[in-house]
Amino acid sequence: MSFINYASREINCKIVYYGPGLCGKTTNLQFVYQKTAPDAKGKMISLATETERTLFFDFLPLALGEIRGFKTRFHLYTVPGQVFYDASRKLILKGVDGVVFVADSQEERMDANVESVENLRINLIEQGYDLDKIPYVVQYNKRDLPNILSVEELRRELNPTNVPEFEACATTGEGVFETLKAVAKLILFDLKKGK
Amino acid sequence: MANPQLIMYDEEFKQINAVIEKLLREANAKVIFLVDKNGQLITGCGETERFDTTSLASLTAGNIAATGGLAKLIGEKEFSILFHEGEKDNLHISIVAGRVILVVLFDTRSSLGLVRLRVKKSSEELSAIFGRLMQKSEEKEKSGDSEFPFAEITDDDIDNLFS
Repeated sequence: MSFINYASREINCKIVYYGPGLCGKTTNLQFVYQKTAPDAKGKMISLATETERTLFFDFLPLALGEIRGFKTRFHLYTVPGQVFYDASRKLILKGVDGVVFVADSQEERMDANVESVENLRINLIEQGYDLDKIPYVVQYNKRDLPNILSVEELRRELNPTNVPEFEACATTGEGVFETLKAVAKLILFDLKKGK
Repeated sequence: MANPQLIMYDEEFKQINAVIEKLLREANAKVIFLVDKNGQLITGCGETERFDTTSLASLTAGNIAATGGLAKLIGEKEFSILFHEGEKDNLHISIVAGRVILVVLFDTRSSLGLVRLRVKKSSEELSAIFGRLMQKSEEKEKSGDSEFPFAEITDDDIDNLFS
């Protein structure tokens, strides 16, 4: 849940990037980190194995600026995508304000995508959240690769509720900020409604 | 939901800072942080400028979450105190009021025993303040008396953040 501090006039929100192993969650954060002005970002932390697979989480704090005199901060987290790290994924979802599902557009990763969305839904329920009610966007990543499925096919399986969706290529940064902006917007509007 | 939204008001913020500043002196500590279980830094005192406080908050919460997961696996509710010993500096991490994490960084000028003793007392004071804080937010929510600044925000405000 977001943290509102009237004393220091700050609002902090937590965004989690979810998705199957090697879908590009960490790459999304790395691109955001590279393209953000130094004064607007903190250090990016990656708790990864020696082969650069995420072990626990990546963390990137972003200070986007002020809205109505309140400093607005977003804390971006990724989960470890590999199936056997489920216990860690559950922990990272605690207190989440919005979720980005990063799908791997390659045909052979479709099963992994479907499994991961299901896993997201179940893990959210365990934390008391409903995927259909929280701020949620879907990103179809790796659109630059040759063996990809069409957006229509991906949508049918991964986005039946028609939440905002974006095509992306996280290595070049295409679609990365559009995705982040969309989920941030949904979170802020959720706050506006006062939940 | 498990953790309702944490809202901090001026009055309680001052009280909390007074408690941790006292703890800093009495425990001879170098730095003290208070972190939300979700990884948001609430406040800190001491030599805070020497540290990347945001990262510290996030990793502390991750640490507490991971040990909490371990606790459940062995049938414990949680491990309420963690202690990390370094060559020079040590970290004493404890859970206050079930949802806030108190981090005390200290070196050889203090001792684990002293820190534990002082933390125990301060935890009680902090628990009381956080209890009042929760009650206050609930009352404000019920009465609809929210000075929440976001009620008036527009699409443009949000777009401007990303420009």
